[in-house]
Amino acid sequence: MPDEVVGTLVLEQTLNGLQYGVMLFLMAAGLTLVFGIMNLVNLAHGSFYMVGAYLATALTERTGSFVLGVALALPATLLVGVVVEIVALRTLYERDHLDQVLATFGLILFFNELVAIIWGRAAIFTSVPPFLSGHFRLLPGLPYPTYRAAIILVGAVVAVLLWLLVTRTRLGMRIRAGASNRTMVAALGIDIRLLYTLVFGLGAALAGLAGAMAGPVYSVQPGMGEGILIQVFVVIVIGGIGSIRGAIVGAIVVGMADTLGRAFLKPMLATMISPPAADKAGPALASMSIYLLMAAVLFFRPEGLFPARSRS
Amino acid sequence: MRTTTPRAALAGLLVAVLAAAPAAAQTVKIGFITTLSGPQGAIGEHMKNSVELALDHLGRKVGGLDVEVIYGDDQVKPDVGKQLADEMLKKHKVHFVSGIIWSNVMLAVAPTVTGAGTFMIGTNAGPHELAGKMCNELFFTTSWQNDQTPEAMGKYMQDQNLTDVYAMAPNYAAGKDMIGGFKRYFKNKIVGEVYTQLGQQDYQAEISQIRAANPKAVFVFYPGGMGIQFLKQYAQAGLRGQIPLYSVYTVDEISLPAVKDAALGQFETRYWSPDLKNDANQKYVGDYRKKFGKIPSFYGAQSYDGIMLIDSAIRAVKGDLTNKNGMIAGMRKADYKSTRGPYKYNVNHFPIENFYLLKAVQDPSGELVMQIQKTVFENHKDSYAGECPMKW
Repeated sequence: MPDEVVGTLVLEQTLNGLQYGVMLFLMAAGLTLVFGIMNLVNLAHGSFYMVGAYLATALTERTGSFVLGVALALPATLLVGVVVEIVALRTLYERDHLDQVLATFGLILFFNELVAIIWGRAAIFTSVPPFLSGHFRLLPGLPYPTYRAAIILVGAVVAVLLWLLVTRTRLGMRIRAGASNRTMVAALGIDIRLLYTLVFGLGAALAGLAGAMAGPVYSVQPGMGEGILIQVFVVIVIGGIGSIRGAIVGAIVVGMADTLGRAFLKPMLATMISPPAADKAGPALASMSIYLLMAAVLFFRPEGLFPARSRS
Repeated sequence: MRTTTPRAALAGLLVAVLAAAPAAAQTVKIGFITTLSGPQGAIGEHMKNSVELALDHLGRKVGGLDVEVIYGDDQVKPDVGKQLADEMLKKHKVHFVSGIIWSNVMLAVAPTVTGAGTFMIGTNAGPHELAGKMCNELFFTTSWQNDQTPEAMGKYMQDQNLTDVYAMAPNYAAGKDMIGGFKRYFKNKIVGEVYTQLGQQDYQAEISQIRAANPKAVFVFYPGGMGIQFLKQYAQAGLRGQIPLYSVYTVDEISLPAVKDAALGQFETRYWSPDLKNDANQKYVGDYRKKFGKIPSFYGAQSYDGIMLIDSAIRAVKGDLTNKNGMIAGMRKADYKSTRGPYKYNVNHFPIENFYLLKAVQDPSGELVMQIQKTVFENHKDSYAGECPMKW
């Protein structure tokens, strides 16, 4: 391969990694807040991703506009999140993590079957809106899908907004306080239950946004949230539980490690060991890369890269 | 000893009486295992619908006997499949177990069923073990052996003298079998062989690698949701129309409504297609569309055939379900109207059948359908029958 092809390929793969990281971040932001502030292990977070994707698809069809569909899916997913929090999760805060895992796993099954009953089991068709379809020339010899670039842009905007929300607003102050010391926040007279509901709804809406944007790229079908959820857990463990900054960094790191590993690990190995051995080891190592990364982070920094301050 | 002998004789007499009981009073029980829940439940739905349609066509009788079908949902898990089979054998005392989508589930279930002396009629999975050393006289399939379909694609691409091919599949047993089967007939240059994670959703990184490698053609095996994602992303990256894509088990009647234009022009090989011209198939496809409002899939056609094969077995022994040898002999003749047209069984009870090249095209009504382009293999035998010790 000529040098300039390798150069553009590395750049393209870096963008791919960034785009994947952005999707992970949207999921991780909600999950890490819920885990950090409410001390709730929510396996059903992937279900909001799925619900967001289905609602966006249905609303896009109804309104005829992708942007409107996604914009309406956000508050709708937020509402679903709030209802789930009030109906199902409130009783679980005082229980131990195993009970929470069981209950939220039950929610996964519930949502998967609910979606199958409403929309059927087969994957449903969604397409990229015309103004985002196709690709544009990022550099000479480097076309890049417009829709993927749009995902990166939306993710960056959401990250900035979230950062402003958490660091510059009263609600954000309470969220940070909740992550540091729940009992003290409650003692200061802040309605912690309302805060919980808000945070949970916000997390659900962000997951819904990720799902809505994923629809045209991936397949919209029951159970679509489970695949990404595992990687999101890796992100929040690497980033540090309860920290938005950790979620951003963790998501980008995992997105990059996964994408670059899949793309370049095999050819790199092939220069060191025999090509047939690299053929075998490459894909295996690439699929392990993010878990190896997590193990390394846990070894050197058990609290993650950017833990929310003093969780004791 | 004196007391046991009359008892044994009495028991023997009872068994004989039961066996000789008029056949008409009997009900044939069929356990049908497939995946009915979760993301892959769509496949199970097609199979179950087709079983019901077959029963409708047979007037709700199989081989002239009343029939009871017990459905089981394996959740794509071998252990769950095996539990279902055990329950069907012991609790429901079924005469036939049928269905099964996944090769790993099949490898757990088939030995359980045949080991208990019951018929296993596979209607999808065709792992090479069951076609070779593990072949069994109680095991029949109405589908194919896994390797046959990619063999047909390898043959076609070799015949086209395509070269510099980039091959991709998920990193698990069937993925490697598919590439292996492909390479058995494709002898030109392969510039890349990439295995991705099973269940992967995002293929953008791999698609960037394809663009950089600039092959003349791409061959993939991405069943289910993976295929939908891969095809969409391949089209979004602008590679559709630039580098031709050939696939097996990636585009079918279940995924087409979800992929639509992203699959237009796609080549697949397969043993069956909705547009196959024979009476049984046209009746099946027409009535399926009427009853369920969808185009049926090959998963369904195989399951429909499965019930018809069982029907032929029971007809061959005139309803005597204890005559297993008679039923084996009956099924070996494949004496029923198959949706693929007439075919013969190989020694390992896998069909010897044609394989066709299909293309995703828009039909006059604007609907996207798979259409037969040409026959790649006539009466194609699988590559493992030689390892099967069965003789008949």
